[in-house]
Amino acid sequence: MQIQMTLNQKKITAEIEADTLLLDFVRDHGCLSVKRGCETANCGLCTVLLDGVPVLSCSTLAARATGHHVQTLEGLQAEAEEFVGFIADQGAEQCGFCNPGFVMNTIALLRENPTPTDDEIRAYLAGNLCRCSGYDGQLRGIRAYLDWKEAQAK
Amino acid sequence: MLTINQYVRAESLEQAYELCQKKRNVVLGGMLWLKMQHRNVETAIDLCDLGLDQITETSDSYTIGAMVSLRTLEQHAGLAALTQGAFAEALSHIVGVQFRNTATVGGSLFGRFGFSDVLTLFVVLDAKIELYHHGMLSIAEFCALPRNTRDILVQVHVPKTQKRVVYLSQRNSATDFPVLTCAVALQDGNCQCAIGARPLAAVTFTDETGILQNGITPESAAAFAQNIAQKAEFGKDIRAGVEYRKRVCAVLVRRALLQAKEG
Ligand SMILES: Cc1cc2nc3c(=O)[nH]c(=O)nc-3n(C[C@H](O)[C@H](O)[C@H](O)COP(=O)(O)OP(=O)(O)OC[C@H]3O[C@@H](n4cnc5c(N)ncnc54)[C@H](O)[C@@H]3O)c2cc1C
Ligand code: FES
Ligand code: FES
Repeated sequence: MQIQMTLNQKKITAEIEADTLLLDFVRDHGCLSVKRGCETANCGLCTVLLDGVPVLSCSTLAARATGHHVQTLEGLQAEAEEFVGFIADQGAEQCGFCNPGFVMNTIALLRENPTPTDDEIRAYLAGNLCRCSGYDGQLRGIRAYLDWKEAQAK
Repeated sequence: MLTINQYVRAESLEQAYELCQKKRNVVLGGMLWLKMQHRNVETAIDLCDLGLDQITETSDSYTIGAMVSLRTLEQHAGLAALTQGAFAEALSHIVGVQFRNTATVGGSLFGRFGFSDVLTLFVVLDAKIELYHHGMLSIAEFCALPRNTRDILVQVHVPKTQKRVVYLSQRNSATDFPVLTCAVALQDGNCQCAIGARPLAAVTFTDETGILQNGITPESAAAFAQNIAQKAEFGKDIRAGVEYRKRVCAVLVRRALLQAKEG
């Protein structure tokens, strides 16, 4: 079947199988930041934005994305750059496999709630699993970024 | 593994209904549960173009379309006010934000899952389930339908009845399936209590023997909770055994009642 969507601002038309997952589709189109983790809707590694809303691409059919705008980290570099350095500064991650999904969901969080509390950050990122760290480093990184932003605004 | 031969975006409920009469065709909600199954699907029927992703309000009820995401439900201001935040409490522990953006109300209810937080809450709200072919059913009638019922869940109606509602659940670890779910609704001195994730589907209890007739106190709440823990049927699974669930039930019901009374 044929589908059309916008992937990272670029309009694409493609022939796919009816059961092609959005995860495989975006990876086949060069978006290798999107990772296959659990594939059982538990880990958040496959997070993409569908019309700006974070969803699990491992459990979404590419066919459903027809007519919609899909964004991956490849298309959101500038927005991510603002805060990823703060997470790195905390030595928050080890293997880094969880990082793209984590960054995607943090982008969604900060768009929805630019000044989250620590509990709001934890709640929003609860669906992003990291098997190397204890999540504290990521939380410290986001907090450091938010504090820096607040200081800049003064 | 789930394989799908053909994908159809239904153009009408009638078309979706006709298609879903075939045994090898399935209706897609968020596909999260379907995806976990080993199944060869002939035609996947997508309802996403039928405008069922809206929550609308009339003077006496809220109507929730089958394709509304659990996240939308969790964040809806009107439903939050009606239930004093019970929707957010029931839904916010389900996996994560991305998951709840993907999962739908229709799929969550049609599955009538034993572990369901969603079903447990809707039960005490006296929700009505609108199926395309079977029409409007009480949630109890809907739950009693045979598992192999082939119909389309179109929308859910929640009456704007003034109630005190409290939802509580117990999980072994954050974002896991619940070990027990509990929803309590108080209305005009009457109490309705639903217990789910037993691990069987949610069942409701009322105060048949008048334990709460002189009001909710720490003692009467504890007695009512013990009574339900004795009456409810529990099972065991990898998360918990019968005795543990019974004990958790007594604690959750007591806490929920006291919280509901405090308002
Ligand atoms: C890893 C994981 C963890 C979970 N944890 C929890 C939890 O802690 N608490 C909880 O309450 N739930 C939990 N769930 C269940 C989840 O919240 C959803 O209820 C479930 O995924 C079904 O919703 P869906 O939209 O994905 O439906 P789907 O998987 O698409 O569909 C489920 C079933 O309903 C049918 N269906 C879908 N929509 C309709 C419709 N409109 N009319 C007729 N039939 C329809 C489908 O054909 C299918 O048989 C979990 C699920 C998973 C996969
Ligand atoms: S790969 Fe999608 S949630 Fe884990
Ligand atoms: S750093 Fe390895 S999984 Fe998160």
